Amino acid sequence: MYLYDELDRRLVEERVGEFRDQVRRRVSGELTEDEFKPLRLMNGVYLQLHAYMLRIAIPYGTMSADQLRTLARVAREYDRGYGHFTTRQNIQFNWIKLEQLPDAMALLASAGMHGMQTSGNCVRNITTDQWAGVAPDEIEDVRVWAELLRQHLTLHPEFSFLPRKFKIAITAAPHDRAATKVHDIGLRLHRNGAGEVGFEVSVGGGLGRTPFIGKLIKPFLAKRDVLSYVEAVMRVYNQYGRRDNIYKARIKILVHDLGAEAFGKEVEAEWQAIKDGPLALDGAVIADVTARFKYPDYPRLDDRPVELARARAADPRFDRWYKNSVTPHRVPGHAVVTLSLKPEGAPPGDATAAQMDRIAELADRYSFSEIRVGHDQNLALPHVAQRDLPALWRALDEIGVATPNVGLVSDIIACPGLDYCSLANARAIPVAQEITRRFRDLGLAQELGRLHINISGCINACGHHHVGHIGILGVEKNGEEFYQLTIGGRSDEGARLGDLLGPAVRYHEVADKVEDIVAAYLELRARPDEIFLATVERVGVEPFKERVYAVA
Amino acid sequence: MRLLDKAGRIVEDAYVRVADDVPLPEGVPVLVSAARFRADPAALAQRAAPVGVIWPNNINVAELAPHLGRLALVALVFPSFRDGRAYSQARLLRERYGFRGELRATGQVLRDQFLFLARAGFDAFEVSKDADVPAFAAAMTRYSVFYQPAADDRLLVARRRLARGSALREAV
Amino acid sequence: MTSPLEQKKLKITGPVVITANRLGDGAVIYRRADGWTTDLNNAAVATTAADASALLSGAAADDLNAVGAYVAPVAREPDGTVRPGNLREHIRLRGPTIDLPVTFGI
Repeated sequence: MYLYDELDRRLVEERVGEFRDQVRRRVSGELTEDEFKPLRLMNGVYLQLHAYMLRIAIPYGTMSADQLRTLARVAREYDRGYGHFTTRQNIQFNWIKLEQLPDAMALLASAGMHGMQTSGNCVRNITTDQWAGVAPDEIEDVRVWAELLRQHLTLHPEFSFLPRKFKIAITAAPHDRAATKVHDIGLRLHRNGAGEVGFEVSVGGGLGRTPFIGKLIKPFLAKRDVLSYVEAVMRVYNQYGRRDNIYKARIKILVHDLGAEAFGKEVEAEWQAIKDGPLALDGAVIADVTARFKYPDYPRLDDRPVELARARAADPRFDRWYKNSVTPHRVPGHAVVTLSLKPEGAPPGDATAAQMDRIAELADRYSFSEIRVGHDQNLALPHVAQRDLPALWRALDEIGVATPNVGLVSDIIACPGLDYCSLANARAIPVAQEITRRFRDLGLAQELGRLHINISGCINACGHHHVGHIGILGVEKNGEEFYQLTIGGRSDEGARLGDLLGPAVRYHEVADKVEDIVAAYLELRARPDEIFLATVERVGVEPFKERVYAVA
Repeated sequence: MRLLDKAGRIVEDAYVRVADDVPLPEGVPVLVSAARFRADPAALAQRAAPVGVIWPNNINVAELAPHLGRLALVALVFPSFRDGRAYSQARLLRERYGFRGELRATGQVLRDQFLFLARAGFDAFEVSKDADVPAFAAAMTRYSVFYQPAADDRLLVARRRLARGSALREAV
Repeated sequence: MTSPLEQKKLKITGPVVITANRLGDGAVIYRRADGWTTDLNNAAVATTAADASALLSGAAADDLNAVGAYVAPVAREPDGTVRPGNLREHIRLRGPTIDLPVTFGI
């Protein structure tokens, strides 16, 4: 992972100092709320239903054990003992007091963490694949590019007051685990016909009120050009993005209105003027940032050590977890371990301070002190030796983060919803909880196979419901909570938006309807290994509609 | 409303803001609207005394580019401090079109944006709140670390790192 | 502070209170004639648009103590107690409808 140098640290400290002064001026009345709000948002400070919420960036989903311990301290000392991991690889604390925020931020800064630009009309946390650097299928570690972009776009004087928020995702694997196609800018590192490695750039993807899949505007961008090209996109957006209507202010609207080709031409014209200027990345700058990425000194180990085989044979629970939560690593003898934060009946993506501390300890012991956060709201330990898996599993099981449901029906992605969020129309968490109870049978969950349920409590789509295999959107009708169901969405390289299944259903009916959808899938699937998404793609929505909305 | 120079000192505005339908006074620096300028840029270019133009944030500054040699002042506009279009306009004027005259920030200009404005190339500031005036110097020194190049000449992180690196290499 | 030009004509269809979040800690507060309270039953209840507007103006002007004041519906019990008028206000008063994560015994 990237290690801050004293310059990176100093910037964060200076930011804390600035915010402390801004809070003082707000409390004294020198700043009105109107003037203060964008400033606090640019530090990740929201006002929710019952309290302020602090959103802290975990850049490209990578953190150290010390950083996780610091998050645990924040949870304990400034909040109610837990935090929530989000769909953009951030963590949220829901109960922090404004007056205490500067101190909490100073504590975070001491670990190189911050909430800079996690909200507001600026560039947000740049996200990527939680397996970056260790996945066997990636071309190279894309986090170096994410870090270069992060620095370039931090407190960028030209782009701190954009028409609206701006989200960038980046991946370096053919299988897109970072949902780049539904981001304002999606960058995919790939190899072209000539064997060169460069970026495919898509723009104008996004969910929310007007969802769009991103449009490809640059099939191949040399790595050295990534900063200048992104700068060109942002400059076009900053000048021409709509500012008269917040619902039409994202870049996706501009791209849609101009057309991808015309938009691409605007970017190209701007880019031609700057591509050979100071933003062209030379080898020295890239090498400098790369040098601060610390990689583990992996021991030489064999795959499939005998301890592992023995443990799998001896303990079916361990075996089930191994088959579900452990994935291949590019280094022999090692594995990536996903920690499910979706136990039965629990709010998806939450972790207590005690769990965070224990996970940090386990990371120190088994994962070279590194932890990852995925946009699926689960954690991962990215550098585990296969021979350590049995011992690690026992420890994870003890603290409730070893439910073998990763990627399955009960591994639900959900926004905080009306229980926390002032933008919400309906609750999301208890809907998720009930669904996990209905599907508590792990055998059934395994039988159903990969099935992503996404729940959003409002049209802002923080739960990414548009791209769920099953998407659930909370709406309000006459003061009551209703839920619209979609099926067939996906967020990977084949990204598409789900199709509406039928009329919205009431709060108490949602879990029943999900069971009906699952029953329909079991009936319709061609083979046991045809996953839900594939069945929907094969047969379409109609057969599901007929079964799920059939008159009894 | 106070006018500050690039060092944060209060200065008298040398420019007279002239309405579109009023004849231009002689021998005095004048600040005219974009509409007036666009109607007859040549006429204004012939004036001996300095000419400035207020350029709205929804018209491309490329249009000004051919005339910049004869403009002493360009005033850009922040209708709300949240509307950041003029940051791009400022950088383009400085870095793309080489404007060397006074680049003034007008509209809602608040202390928490002073440093961004300076980095974007502004060197004069029509400050909305008098109370923000004494804060200018502090705002300029709030940060010492800058990641990205802009229209200013502050020392960037990349340069410092490379210098540090080569110093280490030399020391070896 | 909302500009007078932006304040639309208020319409209410039942009893309402003015609610906001406390600046210092974000806690939910309700407007009284003489300030704020965290107790819904101590809040000023308005039954006419004029009263609600007046309360809202006073609340919105108190930028130093309160953020984001707005009109929220309430219901009155036969015994006179005041209840939140919708699910959102219920959640604001009582907290999330779910149990907060509990520390494992570790």
